[in-house]
Amino acid sequence: MMPLRTAITCAALSACAAMTTPAFAYKVFVSNEKDNTVSVIDSEKLEVVKTIKVGQRPRGIIMSKDGKWVIVCASDDNRIEVYDANTYELVKHLPSGPDPELPILHTSGNPLYVSNEDDNLVTVVDIQTGKLITDVPVGVEPEGMGISPDGKVLVNTSETTNMAHFIDTATYDSIENVLVDNRPRVAQFTPDGSEVWVSAEIGGSVTVIDAKTKAVKKKITFEIQGITPEAIQPMGVRITNDGKTAFVGLGPANRVAVIDAKTYEVKKYLLVGQRIWNVNFTPDHKLLFTTNGTSNDVSVIDVEKLKVIKSITVGRYPWGVVSAPN
Amino acid sequence: MIRVGKSEGGLIAAIVLSLVICTLPVTAAFAGDSGVQAPPDATPKAKSKTKVVKKPTHDVQEIPILLVRQKRDLLPPLSLLHQRPADDGLGGAKLAISDNNTTGHFLKQKFTLEELKNNKPDALIADTVARVDAGVGMVVADLDADVLVKLADALKGKKAIILNAGSHDDDLRNGDCRANILHTAPSRAMLADALGQYLTWKRWSKWFLVTGSTKRDTLWANAIKRTAKRFRQKIVEERIFEYNPGSRRSDGGYEQIQKQIPKFTQKAPRHDVVVVADEGQLFGDYFPYRTWDARPVVGSAGLSPASWHAAVELWGGTQFQNRFKRMNKRNMRELDYDVWMAVRTVGEAASRTRSNAPEKLISYIRSKDFELAAFKGQKLTFRDWNGQLRQPVILVTPNLHVTVSPQPEFLHQFSELDTLGFDKPESTCKAYQP
Repeated sequence: MMPLRTAITCAALSACAAMTTPAFAYKVFVSNEKDNTVSVIDSEKLEVVKTIKVGQRPRGIIMSKDGKWVIVCASDDNRIEVYDANTYELVKHLPSGPDPELPILHTSGNPLYVSNEDDNLVTVVDIQTGKLITDVPVGVEPEGMGISPDGKVLVNTSETTNMAHFIDTATYDSIENVLVDNRPRVAQFTPDGSEVWVSAEIGGSVTVIDAKTKAVKKKITFEIQGITPEAIQPMGVRITNDGKTAFVGLGPANRVAVIDAKTYEVKKYLLVGQRIWNVNFTPDHKLLFTTNGTSNDVSVIDVEKLKVIKSITVGRYPWGVVSAPN
Repeated sequence: MIRVGKSEGGLIAAIVLSLVICTLPVTAAFAGDSGVQAPPDATPKAKSKTKVVKKPTHDVQEIPILLVRQKRDLLPPLSLLHQRPADDGLGGAKLAISDNNTTGHFLKQKFTLEELKNNKPDALIADTVARVDAGVGMVVADLDADVLVKLADALKGKKAIILNAGSHDDDLRNGDCRANILHTAPSRAMLADALGQYLTWKRWSKWFLVTGSTKRDTLWANAIKRTAKRFRQKIVEERIFEYNPGSRRSDGGYEQIQKQIPKFTQKAPRHDVVVVADEGQLFGDYFPYRTWDARPVVGSAGLSPASWHAAVELWGGTQFQNRFKRMNKRNMRELDYDVWMAVRTVGEAASRTRSNAPEKLISYIRSKDFELAAFKGQKLTFRDWNGQLRQPVILVTPNLHVTVSPQPEFLHQFSELDTLGFDKPESTCKAYQP
């Protein structure tokens, strides 16, 4: 890993902006749903440097705001596990409802909101004290979790109710419930907080919702030559910090769609591994990692060149991916 | 809807909220609404939680769904594990009503279920017609093919649609098709094709067919023969298993069967698999491990095609299975699943159209916009040439799935799902032709 000082010096130089290779070696954590492990990838070497044994059926995976903890949903153990991002030791367990799937942190770094797929609830947990703050009832099979940049609004999707539930993070009151296409998965705010993008796995679309009016602004659909519409199953959604480009994982279509986030036009499809689920950036937004469930690997995409630069074998059925900020 | 408590922060929120709530017309608990299941309480503490739900007001749209079930005089299946529960199918309807109502709750729609059950087809048809005349437009049917056709004719011209969840009959999708029937249950042809594709992929191409002596067995065998021809597999011989089931159980009994089955399957031409056609599950389960030649048994025993199986956890199925079990205290069966899809079809149409008018719901279900998410890993749609719901078919052993068809090698110019069953150019259904 590059020493911190070098990185700071480097960041100060304008020349760094032109660099296409990552200026920093990040740790990328990938949850392997079938293996009960988390693979740790070095973003510079682009290889697995460590495999951490975790609880059963690890899926949703995020970092604490300070980058010290890796927070993993162990779905079949009905709990959330916290690991030290440097030593990989288990720090503690956090409570959740049955079958926790996707966690998200408040923008301040605490509390944690987690969707419990088997209980129609979103659980709110204080990650410092490990105490359950409250449960918020939502639709059937809660899944995707998005938080507005100002931390005021939480968006949860429910897979069988087919809705995006807008929840006030101060009162846990439901603000609005927006009907989207079938089996919504991921909810992602744009960096400026003006829109929420919701992917619909079975509906085959991404719905763009105006975060203020809650009106559906646009429904993005996909068409790929030689791929049947049924195989196009949007799941992971991430948008670059400048708000210009969105990346959407298309499941068994084995592709990532690159979308102009302003015009909503699909610019390109990048071929990745099989049944790609989630996507996530390195903190500098230079690389995008995709979890390819049925081919047991992650693809690494160069965000600037829009090219897949490498596939890295991880554990069985990789599901979620997150990168440490340091 | 708000539920708070458990912590001080939550309690404060509850107090604040209760102030707001006083000004709202509230009380009706989520669970109190008919058919709506409340989220199960995770801890005993949860009892102290405040449940607040906006009471359905006068502008709530009600969508009544009728489940018509024919009581049939059938022999019980061989295995104690496969006995039909009294609420077979009804369990699936209840779950779907509950699922519909969670979306409905947010959209001010309320789905209700009424069940008609009778062993007299004429009475069942008359009762259904009366309900339809009273305004019920959505009829989910678990009826034999001949009764279903009579019901469809009795409802002709009325504002109603029948969703067939109980009959796999191929004629219903072809010559006997009716414009007011849609099918969520897969046809026999789809089931046979699903099995046939896998056998083809395995290169188990020589089939020794054993057919039971009931009419249903003959129809099932016909579907298997059609599949063999379609995928160029060979039925090396067909033998009719003349069998008087007698009582399902007796003390002992295996001693004789152990001798009967090897003898029955002796001297067959070379074959890769034994395909058993026994829809009533009256003798097929006697075949595995007892055939003369050491060959796998498929069809109605061994490896079977099915729309659903209680062990399927693919595509988020786990939560679906769990919800069903919590509600009905038993495993989900194929009929439950087929009925669930039918009732969810209505729910999907109602939430997308925001309407409860039967004609609007029917027209949406028939439109190109309609799609159903049903834990099969892809959207399901209705074929516009015979009203059949396209769907992947699972191949299962008694304990677990083996594969899901269509197999990836079977291609189609429009939808791979149309490699299962009667495709558009083969269809002889006239009622759907414009």
